[in-house]
Amino acid sequence: MNDVLIENVLNALAAGLIIGCLYGLMCIGLGLIFGIMKVVNFAQGELLMLGMYVSLYLVGVWGVLSFLGPAAPFVGALIAGPVLFAGGALLHRLLLTRVSGLRTSGLLDEGAFGQLIVTLGLSLILQNAGLIVFGSSPRSVLTPLAARAFMIGPIIGDATLFLNKARLVACAVAIVVALALWLLMERTRLGKALRAAADNPVAATYMGIDVDRAYRIAFGLGAAITAVAGGLMATYLSFTPFVGLDYVIIMYSGVVLGGMGSILGAFWGGLTVGFVQQCSALVLPPQLQNAAIFVVFLLIVSLRPQGLFGRSAERA
Amino acid sequence: MRAGTGPSIRRDVVALAVCAAAYLALCALVRNSYYQLMLTLVPIWAAMGLAWNLISGYSGLVSFGHAAFFGLGAYSVTLALVYLNLTPWLGIPLGMLVGAAAAVLIGMPTFRLRGHYFALSMLAYPLAILYVLEFLGFQEVPLPMHRQRPGLFMQFTDPRLYTVVAVGLLAIAMLVSIAVENSRFGLALTAIRQNELAAEAAGIDTWRWKMRGLVVSGAMAAAAGGLYACVLLVVTPDSVFGVLVSAQALVVTLFGGVATVWGPVIGAAILIPLAETLNARLGNIIPGIQGVVYGAAIIAIMLIAPQGLFWTVRDLLGRGTKLPLPLQAGAGGRGPGDRTHHPRTPSDVTALAVRNLSRSFGGLRALHNVSFSVETGEILGIIGPNGAGKTTLFNVLNGVLTADAGQAQLAGIPMLRRKVHQISRLGVGRTFQVVRSFPRLSVLDNVIVGAYGAGLDDHAALAAASAALDAVDLGRLAARPAGQLTNKELRLMELARALAGRPRLLLLDETLAGLGRDECDELLDVLRRLRQTGMTIIIIEHTMHAMLRLADRFLVLDHGAVLAEGSPREVIENRAVIEAYLGPKFLVQQCSV
Repeated sequence: MNDVLIENVLNALAAGLIIGCLYGLMCIGLGLIFGIMKVVNFAQGELLMLGMYVSLYLVGVWGVLSFLGPAAPFVGALIAGPVLFAGGALLHRLLLTRVSGLRTSGLLDEGAFGQLIVTLGLSLILQNAGLIVFGSSPRSVLTPLAARAFMIGPIIGDATLFLNKARLVACAVAIVVALALWLLMERTRLGKALRAAADNPVAATYMGIDVDRAYRIAFGLGAAITAVAGGLMATYLSFTPFVGLDYVIIMYSGVVLGGMGSILGAFWGGLTVGFVQQCSALVLPPQLQNAAIFVVFLLIVSLRPQGLFGRSAERA
Repeated sequence: MRAGTGPSIRRDVVALAVCAAAYLALCALVRNSYYQLMLTLVPIWAAMGLAWNLISGYSGLVSFGHAAFFGLGAYSVTLALVYLNLTPWLGIPLGMLVGAAAAVLIGMPTFRLRGHYFALSMLAYPLAILYVLEFLGFQEVPLPMHRQRPGLFMQFTDPRLYTVVAVGLLAIAMLVSIAVENSRFGLALTAIRQNELAAEAAGIDTWRWKMRGLVVSGAMAAAAGGLYACVLLVVTPDSVFGVLVSAQALVVTLFGGVATVWGPVIGAAILIPLAETLNARLGNIIPGIQGVVYGAAIIAIMLIAPQGLFWTVRDLLGRGTKLPLPLQAGAGGRGPGDRTHHPRTPSDVTALAVRNLSRSFGGLRALHNVSFSVETGEILGIIGPNGAGKTTLFNVLNGVLTADAGQAQLAGIPMLRRKVHQISRLGVGRTFQVVRSFPRLSVLDNVIVGAYGAGLDDHAALAAASAALDAVDLGRLAARPAGQLTNKELRLMELARALAGRPRLLLLDETLAGLGRDECDELLDVLRRLRQTGMTIIIIEHTMHAMLRLADRFLVLDHGAVLAEGSPREVIENRAVIEAYLGPKFLVQQCSV
């Protein structure tokens, strides 16, 4: 009996870490857009959904990646990045630039109301266009790895740790992508320009930074990162065009928890959410897993308004 | 009600009566039950939008979680009917109580957050409730039928009666909103939206007003939710607590226009029928196309009319319905002007005594053992190099920052460790280095905010504000929006706002910055006149020629500590001051003048 309990705890912790890393990557995408452009993007869940479908079409429907064997779903997820980067940059060019950035800085409420409507409308359009194009039946990106697991153990007593291979690979890819992005933001000229545009768009303009372009890149990057996370998650869950609704809320919890402005903060926030979600399954019935996320979220936010990992005082 | 808002209230109420009558007449003609349902939903969503607008529209604190209140109202009505057999006529008021109580519980932790963080945290409340209700087995709760007594249980056989009730609810919600908009309540919320810190420094207890706003809003949203349950006869967690409910409130309001009673009504009247019609006409041909068209429609309107339909149309119509001006410049407010200030105590009383005040930021000692005092009716000039701690001193004195150590007494009353608005009410007025105005409010309203902050009633506030405007020679601009003023006029307006709170002590932070020599002289005249009425003033300023003509005494700060103190002549001849701040050339110049 005791061994079963230990085994459950071990597996919940491992699943929490693995799912948490994927959530972390997903949150980084939103955190980039939120942190740099100060835009609350309600369509972020739909970008995740599009990432899933890009991967699905490359791997499952058209099968152009089938020569890669079991690696195909992960390569498909990575290709979703550049595709959604282009799509995100285009959306910014056509729509978001009209309600954000320098155009609204200094206005009452910084144009927040306009951004809300535009991203909500965008979310509706993408969901329903997805319904028309992709249909409403649940899909998933099949990989033989999803049915296999590493067995580690017995570790303590008879307790054995089962690690789903598909999730483990997805988690590894997520960590690599997150690290690459972190290096891009910290070590490159582009990263510096993005951070400068985030700190003070007007001053950045005087320093010769094309802030509009910086925002376009930020939005594209944010879309790409979330899409990669979506492609990776598509290997273990089934999805419909409305999947974004569930995850946009998780993304916002993660970003608020982590504290905005830092990539690492968003990642930790997402990790926390994934961890809470998986570990709550030990003590709570499955229906209450998501409630647990929000209760923990509200507790943390009321006890530490600056976020778990945040240092910014601007929000409290 | 604030004085002078009578005409605009009357106009709004008449328009409301006419619209309600026309709407009910239209409903009486409709026989198709599908359209009848649509006509009932329009006022319900309009009321929900008004609830959202009341807190988020006026105060700018966007809430993504109003579904919490809507859903609590719906479930209160339903569960009270199922388990207690309580009629919705009483269930809806009960739901409003639940909504108001939830607002208090939600507001207490959440008002600690600002901006986007407040908005996103609000998302969590309805979702947490949603999952708990699903877990408790309330997935789908039908309202039990009471066919014998339909009127008593709000289960009308003629669906048009629902519309009558919904319109009644909307009318009440609109009247409440009109009352709020035209009272100090609305002005406080508007001031918070435009500049929260300035509102606080003017003495407004922003936390309490936000809480009041959320409570009224929560009760209103709960009423809309309760009626929604009665109309649909079944509730599910998703349909009343879902994200789309919160989004609906926000969309109808933003579409119609925020911070006006008419915005949510216009938004609901256009969007609800549009969405329903699209659903019915296109939805069964290509599923999903209705969502695409609806999404495109709200984006298109937002790009064409970013402020919402109401404001854009009003701007297009020119000044047809000009903002109600509470008062013509200065008229009628002159009488009690001499009451502007507290009765003066004899001038040998110490107005402010500061002892050993310290404050550090990490390792930086911004203030270190600062002690000084100011006599009543005196003008103390604070000078010192940049980063000497001058503004930090003001921030500690008016409560924006807390002191690490030390004491400060205002006319013998300890003033530290209080909140900003409490210190303001003790009698400390403040202006800021960068002017903090409420740009969309008229000059008079900007100043009235200060008078409300001091706890004056409507008439006294109007009188005090007019008197304060006259005291700074700004009476003729009373009706102009603050956004249109010149720098000098803004400085004067900020001074008037501080004066309207009837302070004993004024803290002026670089009031002369950026002014030309003539403008500077005008301001100096105003300040000298204030001293003659017995006002005590502490002023931070770099413009030495002005300070020498104005201040009775100087206090020199350097590296957070007092470097020198004394009459202007003593101070400018002090060797340490010359080295730290003035520079050797200064004395030569002054002597040669």
